[in-house]
Amino acid sequence: MAETKSVIGTQNKKGQTFTDPWKMLHDAPRTPSFFTGSEVIKEAVRRASCDVMIAYPITPQSEAAALIGELFAEGYIGDYFRGESEFAVMSQCAGAAFGGARVFTTTAGPGTMRAMENFPMWAGARLPIQMIVTCRGINSPLSIQPDTLEIAYLLNTGMLVWHAETAQDFFDWILKGYMVSEEPDVHLPLALCCDGFFVTHTKDVVNLTPTDMCLPPYDPYRSPVPCMDMECPPVRMMRDPFVMKSNYISYATHASWQQEIWAAVERSRKHSIHWLNGLIDTENTDQEILIVASGTAVSQGREAIRLLEDEGVRCGLVKVKTLRPWPEEEIREATKNAKHIFVPEFNVTGWLAKEIRATIPNPHRVHAGPHVCGGMTMPPEIIVQEIKTALGMKSFSLAGRGS
Amino acid sequence: MSKERIKISEDLYDIMPSDYQDLVKSATYGKEDRGWKDIGNSKELIEQHSLCAGCPESMAFRYILASLPNPEDTVMVGSTGCTSLVFPMVAVHNIHSLFGNQNAIASGLKRALSVRFPDRVKDVVVLAGDGATVDIGLDMTLQAWFRQEKFTTICFDNELYANTGGQESGLMQKGFVAKMAPVGKLFDKVRLPEIARESGCHYVVNCTVSKPSLVEKVIRNAVHVAREIGPTYLQLYTPCILEIGKNSMEGLQEMRDSEKPTERFAYKEYISEPAKQLLAEMTAKEKERKAAAKQLAGQA
Ligand SMILES: Cc1ncc(C[n+]2csc(CCOP(=O)(O)OP(=O)(O)O)c2C)c(N)n1
Ligand code: SF4
Repeated sequence: MAETKSVIGTQNKKGQTFTDPWKMLHDAPRTPSFFTGSEVIKEAVRRASCDVMIAYPITPQSEAAALIGELFAEGYIGDYFRGESEFAVMSQCAGAAFGGARVFTTTAGPGTMRAMENFPMWAGARLPIQMIVTCRGINSPLSIQPDTLEIAYLLNTGMLVWHAETAQDFFDWILKGYMVSEEPDVHLPLALCCDGFFVTHTKDVVNLTPTDMCLPPYDPYRSPVPCMDMECPPVRMMRDPFVMKSNYISYATHASWQQEIWAAVERSRKHSIHWLNGLIDTENTDQEILIVASGTAVSQGREAIRLLEDEGVRCGLVKVKTLRPWPEEEIREATKNAKHIFVPEFNVTGWLAKEIRATIPNPHRVHAGPHVCGGMTMPPEIIVQEIKTALGMKSFSLAGRGS
Repeated sequence: MSKERIKISEDLYDIMPSDYQDLVKSATYGKEDRGWKDIGNSKELIEQHSLCAGCPESMAFRYILASLPNPEDTVMVGSTGCTSLVFPMVAVHNIHSLFGNQNAIASGLKRALSVRFPDRVKDVVVLAGDGATVDIGLDMTLQAWFRQEKFTTICFDNELYANTGGQESGLMQKGFVAKMAPVGKLFDKVRLPEIARESGCHYVVNCTVSKPSLVEKVIRNAVHVAREIGPTYLQLYTPCILEIGKNSMEGLQEMRDSEKPTERFAYKEYISEPAKQLLAEMTAKEKERKAAAKQLAGQA
């Protein structure tokens, strides 16, 4: 049964010291390193005390999954293997998590879609699996380019969904993600998303914690539902009334459990605020013009703001870090002075703009766009153009620049 | 887990459900000699069931649960289907996740348990219908065998999708007229036992569940071989009496008829060389143990 003795300060078989996660992430010295996003995923997993990692190749996450395989060969992970498809991999992850392991996996685009049936199951079974989603196109015709449309599908699975902007976010959030999702009052899976290629394949300076420190191991007995290892008294997974004895009780049980999943998403709010230092980051929200974005659209928004400043237009920025839990209050507060809210997105449907419109008073203030999709880059100039056009200012037609 | 672990705090005893009290008093956890003969004398690891009256799946469940060599450390994985009506009443941990992914779940589970308990025996047993095993889940069934995952797969072959009302399945006989097979099934019953052998299973049996002693033997063999050597597969005929139009007393005869030498469920067994060796060693040890016990009883 539950081992209550702390392991902090003791060593794992690789000689890494189990370190208080807050101290490791906030007080430990950091070494600047020049890495791709995929390499950063490997470095975070090296320090995450993962028990099982299951892999399947799909662009652009294959490299990260292969690098984690190297970690397994080095002895940092309990078990690692390639499954036969994403549906199988996510099921294998579920099996490992049911068995009380800390589990990690990665996926992208069509893989995410193929695995989709598993995600509400993960959430419903309260499995705190961490899945990196390196977003790419999902629709026909085939595209391997970055596109965040798949995030829209994840939003209603009951999983926590975070959207990293940079490789540094990735490094910190992989480790922090386990701290939030494994809290007994949360205990939900986490989809940690990034914009494929822009983050996975570009090199950046990332400040890493020491390699000889790692997270304390996962304690499966802190789970709100028993883990399936026969170490605690027999549990009938679904008690008699749930499925069989009465439709009414069955419906009522299911209904209340679904609400409990979403209540757990809500309860993750306080932990996410604690670990991520807020669900959003803001800059100059006293301005009448705001850019609200998530992922790498934040970086492009920041650059657009700099270009606008050169022309005397002042503009604030809101970076949305968590999509589930949704930062409703925070976004309402941050946008209260704004007359114009621009939401640049790397997808065609504009799911983030829709979420924001549904959140704030006077939603006509939201200008959904610019949208780029299918893997197009988003030059800051098109954000500038979108803003100037909406404000009735003169702007160049980008098409006319001959670029 | 032994009975020690399921003991109820004295203060809470009277408010615990009676089936749990019975379990603590007389379940056969931790008993080396458990088997189908315990059924009726000790608390079974199955409580009622919600299957149709006389459904052979219910007999099969009883025999299997009575025969698990190590129920105190066995986790079962099920799938959607008639079998999932029974799992809520089974007193070993069991996982029901999605339809067809049971062998993938079991792969992750077995590996996690091996990482977490490297020095302990933790058995994993999959039990699912033929639709789950051979149709929607076939890919994951086979791949678990290719990867030599160390768990047992049991397929309750009722030759159709029972839980959704009797549709054609891959294990249905050719020519059988069923829902979604309006002019009769057009292709042969998938030969999964042979495929299992070719795919790397070390112990494969195709039979009915008409004889409890036979079920006990194959379950014990399959679990031990899976534990020590690699994947094992049992295909058990559990006819869906409802959908083939039999009444509740006719399930047993249906099985007896179909296990005749020329029939689909004539007993078929395949044992790999390493599995043969293991089973021979086990039989020898068992003999020794029984002889020693007899001697001890004689002395007493
Ligand atoms: C992805 C998916 N497809 C279809 C179903 C519907 N479904 C539920 S039970 C079942 C049939 C189960 O048949 P089988 O595995 O042969 O088990 P049986 O009920 O015959 O014991 C089906 C198709 C489902 N639950 N999930
Ligand atoms: S429908 Fe068929 S398989 Fe299912 S419980 Fe009834 S008789 Fe058994």
